[in-house]
Amino acid sequence: MKGRIFSVVGGMFLLTVCSKGAAPAREPSAPPAATTTETSAAGGTITGKIKFTGTAPRNPAIDMSEEAACKSKYTTPPTEENVVAGPANALANVFVYVSAGVPAGQTFTAPATPVVLDQNGCRYHPHVFGVMVGQSIEIRNSDPVLHNIKAVAKKNRPFNVSQPSAGMKTTRTFTAPEVMVNLQCNVHGWMHAWVGVRPDPFYAVSGPDGSFSITGLPPGTYTIEAWHEKFGTQTATVTIAGTETKTANITFAAR
Amino acid sequence: MTNRSSLCMILLLLAPGSRLLSQDTTAGHQVYTKWCAGCHGDQGAGDGVAAKHMIPPPRDFTGAIYQIRSTGSGNLPTDADLLRSIGEGLPGTAMPGWKERLSDRERRDVMAYLKTFSTFFADTTLRPQPLEFGSAPGGGTGEEALRVGRQFYDSIGCAKCHGDLGRGDGPSAPTLKDDAGHPIFAADLHQNWLFNGGGSAEDIYHRLRTGLDGTPMPSFSDLLEQKFLTETELWRLAQYVRSLSPDKPPVVRDVIRAPLIERALPHAPDDSAWTSVDAYWFPLVGQVVRKTRWFAPAVTGVWLKAVHTADSLALQVTWDDRSESPDTAWLDHVGRVFATLEQDEGATDPPALWPDQIAVQFPVTIPTGMERPYFLMGSSSAPVYQWRWTSTARTAAVAGLARGLERFDPVSNGGVGSQAMYDHGQWRVVFTRALASPDTATQLPFRTGRAIPVALFAWDGSNGEHGTRMAISTWYFLALDEPVPARVFISPVLAMALTLGLGLLVVWRAQQKTSYRRQQ
Repeated sequence: MKGRIFSVVGGMFLLTVCSKGAAPAREPSAPPAATTTETSAAGGTITGKIKFTGTAPRNPAIDMSEEAACKSKYTTPPTEENVVAGPANALANVFVYVSAGVPAGQTFTAPATPVVLDQNGCRYHPHVFGVMVGQSIEIRNSDPVLHNIKAVAKKNRPFNVSQPSAGMKTTRTFTAPEVMVNLQCNVHGWMHAWVGVRPDPFYAVSGPDGSFSITGLPPGTYTIEAWHEKFGTQTATVTIAGTETKTANITFAAR
Repeated sequence: MTNRSSLCMILLLLAPGSRLLSQDTTAGHQVYTKWCAGCHGDQGAGDGVAAKHMIPPPRDFTGAIYQIRSTGSGNLPTDADLLRSIGEGLPGTAMPGWKERLSDRERRDVMAYLKTFSTFFADTTLRPQPLEFGSAPGGGTGEEALRVGRQFYDSIGCAKCHGDLGRGDGPSAPTLKDDAGHPIFAADLHQNWLFNGGGSAEDIYHRLRTGLDGTPMPSFSDLLEQKFLTETELWRLAQYVRSLSPDKPPVVRDVIRAPLIERALPHAPDDSAWTSVDAYWFPLVGQVVRKTRWFAPAVTGVWLKAVHTADSLALQVTWDDRSESPDTAWLDHVGRVFATLEQDEGATDPPALWPDQIAVQFPVTIPTGMERPYFLMGSSSAPVYQWRWTSTARTAAVAGLARGLERFDPVSNGGVGSQAMYDHGQWRVVFTRALASPDTATQLPFRTGRAIPVALFAWDGSNGEHGTRMAISTWYFLALDEPVPARVFISPVLAMALTLGLGLLVVWRAQQKTSYRRQQ
């Protein structure tokens, strides 16, 4: 009897210790602890332009003949968005984030507002985006057709849910940093989106002109990594002192 | 695995009274090395030596992503879920059931060991919680239940992958990939005995709720929360899907009976005469005897029906095939199949547009003893007689002699007719020939009342199958019913009448004698 009580108490103690590590799945991260930093407009900024050298590969045309409701949303034949290039070899849809330099142990509160991922015209909008650990992703279906949304992840648990009609919404969160998680629709094999999951707010996605801006950085030396779905990754090192803005232009080689 | 979590796991395992104590990962490691590592790899990454011969490939345990669970999409499986897959196997894959081979203890140990390949199992915040499934509403085989089930089959888009009639031939089917990019088929819903998680309506309902993680099959649980449909309606869908398969898995019988019919021979695949004829199931397996071997046959079996008239024989071969080959929509799939499988030497041909094919094989003469020609298309010294049909020449089946896998010599006066139709993921091909042989030296004469060896071969061109890459059967027997002679019916009646007459005579004589004695 005595041994049994010991085992129960001991087991509970061990479980308590062991469960301290990670936040529960699918719930916002823990309330702000002493080390939590609110992102402020103050602080330094890293900005820059993403370009590429060489010739961008053609984005394959999408055959949407099976989905008239999607096809009718386009006036010109839709293509995939693997490489979205702007004027003067500007490169859009590059996920740029601080991969090193943020002091370990510092935690950041995820925004309460969700990131919206829309399925419209049998494509994802946006095609590349970032989200913080614990921040909601609201997945919407604006198409009157079946989409399934599958997350292929390694550090996070995957999911695969379905939205058979327009107007449906599903909310999901990720619990661990991961660059990148692939979202895909298996009904429409061309549909891919990429999400960078970060523990801090220091990330951005390059716009149509290739520009990006990461703000609110405390002073320090940072490694930034730029990820592109076809061209791979590039890194740069930037030192921030005070509230200055530093420029870090990054160039990929087309492949 | 972090030091802390491994320490926690060790401590949890050692905690007295813990249920985990009954699972020994050291013993599990031994079982794993002996029975599992060949496919799943030493480090559990699904990369064992046999892995390159399998589609779908063996489970990669490092990601802790499992198809068959009682838990929500993306969640870890329970111990009971894992033990079920270990014990029962996954029927649509190369994974066998281990409950006959391994003891309860061994299966528990190996289950505990394979969980150590992933850090997710050590994360106590991810403890798996089974979903509430409820129980099946009654009347699941009734017309109204099936109508509701079919309604939701359409409204939630099942046909996109599984096809309008459920044979895995939907418009998205050729593009399907698993998480690792390997090709994967949408299940043929008419073959529930090959469903990975079991073929009952309950099993199907559970898969609809949980999804099959790692595959394109999503969970539909969210639709209940969003009131898109009710639990009862989702159950009706499961019951509808169940209704597409036979009540019981097909039983393999050695002898195919060809009844004698009194009407004209049915040449057309959809001739109504076929509906009243028994169908026989021929399971097929990959040709892995000779190079180039083939480990991923798409045709899992064929249904065979046979009838004959006084002078001719008709065979109807029916099989499910997701594609009417050649079909350019499946070309990328072929590329993925070739990339996944290890190719034998000399088999580096690029994906191409191959047709679907079927071959029916007989010996050249009916053997008198037990000895039959080599089942795998005969040999140079002992050829076999074959009918070969291809989807690019549907009414032009060719008869000929096969002398091994590499050599087929058509005969000039084959006299084999063929008609074929493809509909919603299914081929039906009818072969016809006169019973009498056009040339007894090369072509089998069909005789009634004899056991005639027969074997079948099938190729799905859109799965990359051609030449020796095919699905094969072993020898079975075809028996043409003999015409029943009139005496079979008359003799018993005559015998009975005679017996009755004689009996009456004996009784009458006895009565005569009794009355004579009384008179005296």
